[in-house]
Amino acid sequence: MNVDQLINLVYILAALLFIIGVKKLSSPKTARQGNGLSSLGMLLAVVATLWHQDIIGYEWIIVGFLAGAVIGAISARVVKMTAMPEMVALFNGSGGIASLLVGWSVYHVGNSLVPSTTIPIILSVLIGGVTFTGSLIAWAKLSEVMDGKPHVFKGQHILNILILLILLVAGVFLVIKPTGTFWGTDVSMYWIFILLVLVSGVLGILMVIPIGGADMPVVISLLNSFSGLAAAAAGFVISNNVLIVSGALVGASGIILTQIMSKAMNRSLGNILFSGFGSVVSSGESTQQGEVKPITVEDAYLILEAARSVVIIPGYGMAVAQAQHVVRELAELMEKNGTEVNFAIHPVAGRMPGHMNVLLAEANVDYDKLREMDDINPIMPTVDVAIVIGANDVVNPAAREDKNSPIYGMPIINADYARTVFVLKRSMRPGFAGIENPLFFKENTRMLFGDAKHSIQGLVAEFKS
Amino acid sequence: MEFIYLIFILMLSIVAGFELISKVPATLHTPLMSGSNAISGITLVGALIAAGSANETVTIILGTLAVMFATINVVGGYLVTDRMLAMFKKKKEGEDKS
Repeated sequence: MNVDQLINLVYILAALLFIIGVKKLSSPKTARQGNGLSSLGMLLAVVATLWHQDIIGYEWIIVGFLAGAVIGAISARVVKMTAMPEMVALFNGSGGIASLLVGWSVYHVGNSLVPSTTIPIILSVLIGGVTFTGSLIAWAKLSEVMDGKPHVFKGQHILNILILLILLVAGVFLVIKPTGTFWGTDVSMYWIFILLVLVSGVLGILMVIPIGGADMPVVISLLNSFSGLAAAAAGFVISNNVLIVSGALVGASGIILTQIMSKAMNRSLGNILFSGFGSVVSSGESTQQGEVKPITVEDAYLILEAARSVVIIPGYGMAVAQAQHVVRELAELMEKNGTEVNFAIHPVAGRMPGHMNVLLAEANVDYDKLREMDDINPIMPTVDVAIVIGANDVVNPAAREDKNSPIYGMPIINADYARTVFVLKRSMRPGFAGIENPLFFKENTRMLFGDAKHSIQGLVAEFKS
Repeated sequence: MEFIYLIFILMLSIVAGFELISKVPATLHTPLMSGSNAISGITLVGALIAAGSANETVTIILGTLAVMFATINVVGGYLVTDRMLAMFKKKKEGEDKS
């Protein structure tokens, strides 16, 4: 057996470990072990690659590896759980640009640029470039370097179509004539390639800019999928099966998450990507007015103290207020008081899929208490108190009742079916989608105004006294 | 023929991916995302070959940067996923009512 075959055998083993690793993610009990197996697969693949016949020197590998390992390890260690969406966006972007660079360097070397190589090169540059700049914009929006509003401008669709045309034409030219000069001119085809790189980056920016903050879970999932597809394309460039297998796994994972997110918002992916949602709907007339009934911490305590079952519904506001730890403390105190406490988590609560679950896990909440929307809705009418913490659209009954509402048809957690609803909110400002929430005006709703963390600390103090 | 064979692998992997990932519970979606993100850093294999076979300025720059970015993706992705998954635990009996 020669070295090449041996390397390929190790790649098969690595691919197997990735698959087993993902399979073990199906339960929180085995998930950590699964991640360990997956990283072992990565280590094997990397070590085996070092024996590849084309590798003539290690100095640049070491430089790049050390730099990347230090940056990656430090950021993974210091990042706050509330900032996880931003972090994942940045890691995504790194993967994207790495695939772009791999494609570029193979093009630069320029050996055997037949269509079965150039097409994957173009794809890895295109998808990698879109992933990179798209992830950077997503990061900027999530970390509020840029405001989270959708940015739409006149002629945006035409510009997008124009850019797609440029990419298509440049791609076709490069497949037909990968090197040399452009027909009848002195322009080197290399410039066409550079154009492809740059325009891919522009496309990534234009794709994410019109998408609002509340739609970020979908964008992050989609970019995640893209980073996988870019890796798979890079796999075709260098005819490497382990890249194709893992790229496809990641691509599939991102697509499934994207679907779940879109479904949870009752909107199609196309609608999310192209509508600039949130920029146009805030004009909806607010007919469902009524009286808002505020409540004090003391009165809220008395009701909670007497409640037999409580459901806590967290949203992005809980992350912003960093309230997950006091929420857990409150839940424990209520349980000690004999109350049954559950957490109801909407699929799009937060800024990425599963964001709330990670925060509550960080605060040491048992994962059995984290219930999905479909589990909790049937028992909602038997619940004494539903506490809504920094969530808005995911509990908006307009999605169920108001046919004119832009979110009509979106599945929601039926908080309003509980006997009493507490809404913890800073002010009466509408949520990210800019939609009025009739929940706030319902007969059984009490508003607990103020910073969520502060209000809950107040409740905790009442329970302790 | 090799191209066809690679397409074959691609198709099988996509099917396997859909099967496996639809079984991941919603509570683990963030770790799934960061973990699968780390797997997509497998492009590091391509980056290593690019950097290791580079013999002129442009390819050295492209290759080294590719290795760096892919390593950020791999190392950061796996570590952060591990950090998150370590937090998902069930309380032991008797520990909670303290």
